[in-house]
Amino acid sequence: MTHIMVPVKLVPDLVEELEIAESGTALDMAWLRLIINEFDDHAIEQAILLKERSGGEVTVIAPDQEGMDDVLFTAAAKGADRIIKLIGDFEEGTNNHALARAFANAAKEVGPDLILTGVQGNDDLDGSVGPYLAEYLGMAYVGYVAGLSLEGDKAIVQKEYPGGLIAEMEVTLPAVLGIQAAEEPPRYVAVSKVRQMMKEASIDEADAGDLDTSGGLEINSMYLPEAAERAEMLEGDEEEIATKLVEIFKEIGVM
Amino acid sequence: MPERAHYWEIPHVWFGVEIEPFVIVYTIMFASALIMLYRFYRVASVWWKVGRAERRWDKLHIRLWNFIKYGIVQTKVLKDRIPGTMHVIIAWAYFIFFLGTALATIDDHWFKFLEGNVLVAYKFILDIFTIIFFVGAGMAIYRRYFQKPKRLTLDPGFTRTLVMITVIVIGGLLTESFRLAVDQPAMAWSSPAGWVVAQLWIAMGASDTTLINWHLGVWLFHLVTVAGTIISLPVGTLLHGLTGPLNMFFSKLDRPFGELAPIALTADGGQIYTSKLSDLSWKQLLDGDACTECGRCQDACPAFAAGTPLNPKELILGIRDALRSDAAAIIAAAVMGGNGDAPALVGEKIEEEVLWSCTTCGACVGVCPVLIEHVDTIVDMRRHLVIEGAVDAELQTALSNLGRYGNSFGKSDRMRTRWAKGVEPKIKDAGREEVEYLWFVGDYASYSPTLSDITLKTAAVFQKTELDFGILYKGENHSGNDVRRVGEEGLFEMLMEKNLKALSRSKFGAIVTTDPHTYNTLKHEYPSNGNGEWKVLHYSELLDQMIASGQLKFSKKLGYKVTYHDPCYLGRYNGIYDAPRRVIEATGCEIVEMPRNRDQGFCCGAGGGRIWMEEGEIEQRPSESRINEAVSLDGVDTFIVACPKDVTMYADAVKTTGQEDQIVVKDLIELVHEAL
Amino acid sequence: MNNDIYVVIEHVREQVADISYIMLAAAHDLAQETGGEVVGVLLGNDAQALADNMVADKVLYGDDPALAEFSSDAYTKALAGLISENEPRAVFFGSTTIGTDVAGVLSARLDFPMVSSCLKIADGKVVSQICGGKIMAESELADMTTIITVIPGGYKPEEGQGGSPEVTPVSVNVADLKVTLREYIEPEVADVDITTENVLIAIGRGIQTEDNIELAEELAELMDGAVCASRPVVDQGWLPTPRMVGKSGQLVKPKLYLALGISGAPEHVEGMADAENIIAVNIDPGAPIFDIAKYGAEVDLFDLIDCLLEALEDA
Repeated sequence: MTHIMVPVKLVPDLVEELEIAESGTALDMAWLRLIINEFDDHAIEQAILLKERSGGEVTVIAPDQEGMDDVLFTAAAKGADRIIKLIGDFEEGTNNHALARAFANAAKEVGPDLILTGVQGNDDLDGSVGPYLAEYLGMAYVGYVAGLSLEGDKAIVQKEYPGGLIAEMEVTLPAVLGIQAAEEPPRYVAVSKVRQMMKEASIDEADAGDLDTSGGLEINSMYLPEAAERAEMLEGDEEEIATKLVEIFKEIGVM
Repeated sequence: MPERAHYWEIPHVWFGVEIEPFVIVYTIMFASALIMLYRFYRVASVWWKVGRAERRWDKLHIRLWNFIKYGIVQTKVLKDRIPGTMHVIIAWAYFIFFLGTALATIDDHWFKFLEGNVLVAYKFILDIFTIIFFVGAGMAIYRRYFQKPKRLTLDPGFTRTLVMITVIVIGGLLTESFRLAVDQPAMAWSSPAGWVVAQLWIAMGASDTTLINWHLGVWLFHLVTVAGTIISLPVGTLLHGLTGPLNMFFSKLDRPFGELAPIALTADGGQIYTSKLSDLSWKQLLDGDACTECGRCQDACPAFAAGTPLNPKELILGIRDALRSDAAAIIAAAVMGGNGDAPALVGEKIEEEVLWSCTTCGACVGVCPVLIEHVDTIVDMRRHLVIEGAVDAELQTALSNLGRYGNSFGKSDRMRTRWAKGVEPKIKDAGREEVEYLWFVGDYASYSPTLSDITLKTAAVFQKTELDFGILYKGENHSGNDVRRVGEEGLFEMLMEKNLKALSRSKFGAIVTTDPHTYNTLKHEYPSNGNGEWKVLHYSELLDQMIASGQLKFSKKLGYKVTYHDPCYLGRYNGIYDAPRRVIEATGCEIVEMPRNRDQGFCCGAGGGRIWMEEGEIEQRPSESRINEAVSLDGVDTFIVACPKDVTMYADAVKTTGQEDQIVVKDLIELVHEAL
Repeated sequence: MNNDIYVVIEHVREQVADISYIMLAAAHDLAQETGGEVVGVLLGNDAQALADNMVADKVLYGDDPALAEFSSDAYTKALAGLISENEPRAVFFGSTTIGTDVAGVLSARLDFPMVSSCLKIADGKVVSQICGGKIMAESELADMTTIITVIPGGYKPEEGQGGSPEVTPVSVNVADLKVTLREYIEPEVADVDITTENVLIAIGRGIQTEDNIELAEELAELMDGAVCASRPVVDQGWLPTPRMVGKSGQLVKPKLYLALGISGAPEHVEGMADAENIIAVNIDPGAPIFDIAKYGAEVDLFDLIDCLLEALEDA
């Protein structure tokens, strides 16, 4: 029976305006809304799809951050068998090297045959979690996976290349796969189902220990892209803009 | 003095045995009634054997009144004038015939009173109703076999019924005519129909003996057809005569039309999501058997008109048919101690697409002559689909956004009041200072870029009339009206909790909103905050009040010829028809009504969460049908709405039907703003 | 440690990917700062010819049958030895479906620090773009070999092309692979080849519903172009995969790229940054698409489409 572990993390919600912290080297956490990394959400979905298709067990594991309980209970409502929270100093944010080390420690206790995680996160500055986790656990890594099946001790994965080309690869298990997209879009979970899970399911806790962030670079400064790089904005109402656009079209010779 | 002749010329000796005719009649009738009751019990017992419990026994006096109003007087049947009249004629003829027979029985056995002038009146009334009956039956024949409106079920069962009830009346008429032809009494004129037919026999020169024999034959035939009809009542299309009035008696009384029931609970507190027959309440099953198949809901339904898979009539009949085919198995399984294998209803016999097509506009409920509650049942079934995650991608996005951001647009809560950025003086924050009116702006008015102009005008009107008002700023979330109607009850509760938190932190006299959906749920579904109900006003009501009190005065008479669209959740759901019309007239506009107005108002197609869902295959959008309706009015060039979603829906419809040069969509507030 | 900058050349099916040239251009900038050489690292089987036309001081070429097609395991094994032996100042990988499979693993295996999503090198500093293009982050190289993944947008591929660098064969050891290619699955056959169109009407999340795609089609028809889309639209199944522009989609360079309701996440920008004229329409003034567009309009795209259709019909 396949045991699938899904490490997930939270990332800044890009719907919100992002602000830089006073230090000038990080995002201002006070203004941040954190949401589940959408690729991790796909990883959860892919794990549940595999379980529904061929049985097995799914463990979702995440660092202890504000809002993470909801994410974990949602995963449980989707069908995760076990949800684990890594207890550690995550509130101020950490890097993916540290996160991967913590996940790797926990994985030794969980003992998965397959680890699915999001191929990237929008705030990745030191690479993504998956490759580190694979290396720390001595497993193989393949990213940009959009669909997979299990055949014995191998996973047959569909890896995306540019231009719509897909490489079908054989990966010896145990392995870490960076999920780009689940075979089906992540399912909807009704709020009351999540609330019910809050009553029924419990979150296991695992100690993350001291976070070792080595392997990431120190950030000298962080800033919003400069306005000078911006487009020339067309002013006026829709009609005026449409007229201007037609002029531009003529100018560049596409009409 | 003439008396009523009981059992005229009916033999007292049958096959050599002396038997009083009344013994024969009462035996047959009693037996028929017993069989009928037994058969009806078999139909009715299924409701509570299969369906779950639901309390519908309170307020008996109102229930009785509903029974009389809708069942006897048939006020709702009459709302559709011609078919309604046809039905009432036939039904009332039979009421009178039944009454006449009952009175004859009393006269025969207990108290003799059918004599002299009373008898004349008695005969006359019965005969007149015989004639009226034939008018009704003629209308029915014309309607069913010549006119054939699409909404009718052209099932042979209805033909059988029509033949039966007509044959019974003909039988009665003939027996009477034979008697009159033989007796030729002085008061024969008091039975005009019978007397006319009697002329035929007299003219034929038939002998008394012949006529008496014919009379006996027809009398026996009449007796048998009546008995047969009674026996077949619970299994034929006349069942509605029993179930219809029952349904009216048990109709929803514990909450207003605009308030949905919470999810039903099992005995141990578990939530019941409606996926199979046994998840429905006995009353919802009764709805199925009460359906007369008149098809008025089908005619009124915007989803059906648009060509979606939803037909409210078929939906209710689907429940009925499923009950007929599966009830026995469900009951048997329950006896065995489980319902694990109960056949599915939702997804099998009632397609998901059907349920998602509903706009919850309530037109079907509004027109149903037997008070079937379609929308509640649809929402119950949607709740099951939502809990199973069976929602389309667009709806999923909207619901996820609502859960995360409190609005369906997926925008930051900080952007909610972006529209108010340049407004001077700054709009008060009701969370910080006390205001008389708390303006609950709503999602569309707050976030939709195309509506910001209208939202600003609303603010301008409020400010110019020196209304003391404020908004909740970031504290406002989507009200949840349509979230609830989508079937996402948990999300509705979550949104409501957030809003209640913001509302309880604020001090205000009343809530005002431009959105009828918000209005409905705030008014009916949000609990009171401990010190009485929230007072909730639609802006049309507030403006109307301000005009009446002189706070809102106009400097211009606009002089437009306009038509007004009743938003479902303002009109049908909350009965507010006049306030917006008075406001329009106060701005100096003339209203030309569309054919479908007030409680017949036709939905724009956006309600019940439809605005968030994939459109699917349709023939014509309800909003386009509505715009065409408005354009065909003479001289009308402005289409007035009183709902932000309507502005979006109808402005689109004007474009897609290419009628920009014919009609323009305006919000009520735009007229007010212009006329200030 | 020496001062050289290594660039791991990406290629799929005998085609060097544009990102490789972009990396060479970036490496060129960095090498000027460090005073080292730009060294291309090419892995393959009989693929030496691919090393031509690169702005590099030299190319190290590792040949093995197992390197004929990309395998993260084979690349990792081949590169680990090469990098740890030579200890260059920095190693560039594409922030792509190929590069990211290898870069992180090497960072962990060799204990070399890593920085990702590098857009450009400015004053010897690595400038990364994160959060969907909304945030820039600057970092300096570490005191040891630093692994860098590069996103397109900071350099044009042409800047990394030209010259015939000297090719030095190196030995690689790629035994016992845990990841191997089974086969390529060809993309769906495109109804329209968006890579050859002059005018592209690109739609994103902002199009809201499937029905609205019709509006974009109308526009495309009037302008004699085609409709393409960002990933969300294709994921919904509203347009076929060959119409997708971006990282896992097509690379397009039309004369006009009219982006309607596209926010401009790096994954999308990657596929269209080199379009000649980018015009962006988005209701959100903070959308990063405005940072790369020539012209922008901050209006409701549906209102604009209506007006534009009219204006085009008049014109």
